[in-house]
Amino acid sequence: MTAPVSPLAAAGDCVAIPSITPLAAVRRSAASPSVVGTVLRHELRSVLRNRGVLVFGVGTLLLTDIVVRLTGSAPRAMSTLLNLVLLVVPLVTMMAGIISWHASREFNELLLAQPVKRTALFSALYLALVLPLAGAFSLGMLLPLAWHRVVDPASAMLVVTTVGSGLALTFIFGGLALLIGIRIEDRLRGVMTGLMAWLLLTVGYDAVVLIVATTLADYPLERPMLGFMLLNPVDLARSVIVLQSDAAALMGYTGAVMSRFLGSTLGTIAAAGGLLAWIVVPVALARRSFDRRDF
Amino acid sequence: MSSTPLVVMRGLTKRFAKHPVLQGIDLDIPRGAVTAIIGPNGAGKTTLNKAMLGLVRLDQGTVHFDGVDTAGRIDHRSRIGYMPQTPRYPDSFAAGDVLRLLRDFRGADARTDEELIASFELSPLLEVPARALSGGQRQRLNAAAAFLFVPDLLLLDEPTAGLDPIASGILKDKIRSVRQEGRAVIITSHILSELQELADVVVFLHEGRVQWSGSLEALMTRTGADSLERAIAHLMQHSTTAVPQGRMKKPSEISL
Repeated sequence: MTAPVSPLAAAGDCVAIPSITPLAAVRRSAASPSVVGTVLRHELRSVLRNRGVLVFGVGTLLLTDIVVRLTGSAPRAMSTLLNLVLLVVPLVTMMAGIISWHASREFNELLLAQPVKRTALFSALYLALVLPLAGAFSLGMLLPLAWHRVVDPASAMLVVTTVGSGLALTFIFGGLALLIGIRIEDRLRGVMTGLMAWLLLTVGYDAVVLIVATTLADYPLERPMLGFMLLNPVDLARSVIVLQSDAAALMGYTGAVMSRFLGSTLGTIAAAGGLLAWIVVPVALARRSFDRRDF
Repeated sequence: MSSTPLVVMRGLTKRFAKHPVLQGIDLDIPRGAVTAIIGPNGAGKTTLNKAMLGLVRLDQGTVHFDGVDTAGRIDHRSRIGYMPQTPRYPDSFAAGDVLRLLRDFRGADARTDEELIASFELSPLLEVPARALSGGQRQRLNAAAAFLFVPDLLLLDEPTAGLDPIASGILKDKIRSVRQEGRAVIITSHILSELQELADVVVFLHEGRVQWSGSLEALMTRTGADSLERAIAHLMQHSTTAVPQGRMKKPSEISL
């Protein structure tokens, strides 16, 4: 006689839990489950139902496809898509992170009532936020480029840098979003704080740096400007991208300083290190807040 | 009821900012019994439940589960089923995804009572996105998630809120059967008539302190009330006396 299959057994599960009447102990596997792997597996299974990620991915794909059709070359397409990477990716990630945190607070409470460690669950929630967005972004950018075969060896590094910078900004703003979501209880205040942070990092910061540079124009500011640039991940990403292209006109002020002061190779390494620090620090702070939070 | 309590709480103290929520709670949760935690809004009922799960960090006090101090531990949670007050699930998850995720967290040794899926009429809903479920359907899913892993302790926060009478009846039957199996149930609810049906032990919290802890019968006898509602009303009227911190107020100490 065949045991009835559990209604909870998902397609692709190796072992289906048999129905139990009366109750009986069930062994599913010898290994204890990884919290991060478990959450990610379930998140990826349900990603096709995640409207936000789908809209972001399809939107990126359509926009990239249109730009590639109009420009006909990867360098020009990357220049046109720079604002998508520098403005839209951070905004989408920030808003998705804060809103999804508040929407799933009760669910997170339920997850924490299971035998899982907070640090493991935090890592899982962070990756479940950024990986689908990163996947949607990179597929949306790369598929049209591959389809139209516009990437040649000369422009490959620029494409890799642009997509890589977008991915880095996704991880950075994902961490910032969780930090804001965890620290600010009120959803509206959280969203407003996220918007202000995005506005500051994408627009406000360059304006402040420009004012400082103009005001103190008589002093040697190259080194302080380099320090200022490391404080802003969007400027860092812009610098990394622009250093790979000839599009000097698109450089922000701090990016121009970096290009002149360090030169392209060293500048790229410094900026990449800065981006890594921007990923690690907000995530570490958010994880600390999550660990100490009362649910 | 077994003589050894399943959960022993001593001196639980918790403040949110400067507001004291739990003030020296001493409480034992017996096995094979339904314990009703009752109190006005802000009395500390939900925080007490969360303290047992480690969802809030206590300022002082200890929680022992089956004789083991739970501080810094997570393994006791595999023996607890938790039904939170507000059932909300990620929009992209189907009902079945929620249960599968929880099952995966429970790991290799998890026992599951999958009769529940049929009992709560969840089978046709397992592939329905959570966002498409009605409030009652979500509450049934919430209940199934709590009962599914045959826990030794069930923590049910407003369990019948939003349930239709049939689902509510099924849930009450489940609670009774859990009690008969010698497992412990804690219910927090404002529906006192329902608690009168189910509860063996009543704990009355007021301003973060235990004002009454004892059997339902003892409470009714002591207050002379003919219903739990009247008995609690009586307690509320006479619960202004401060309880010394870190000590549970005994029934004999309550002025009725």
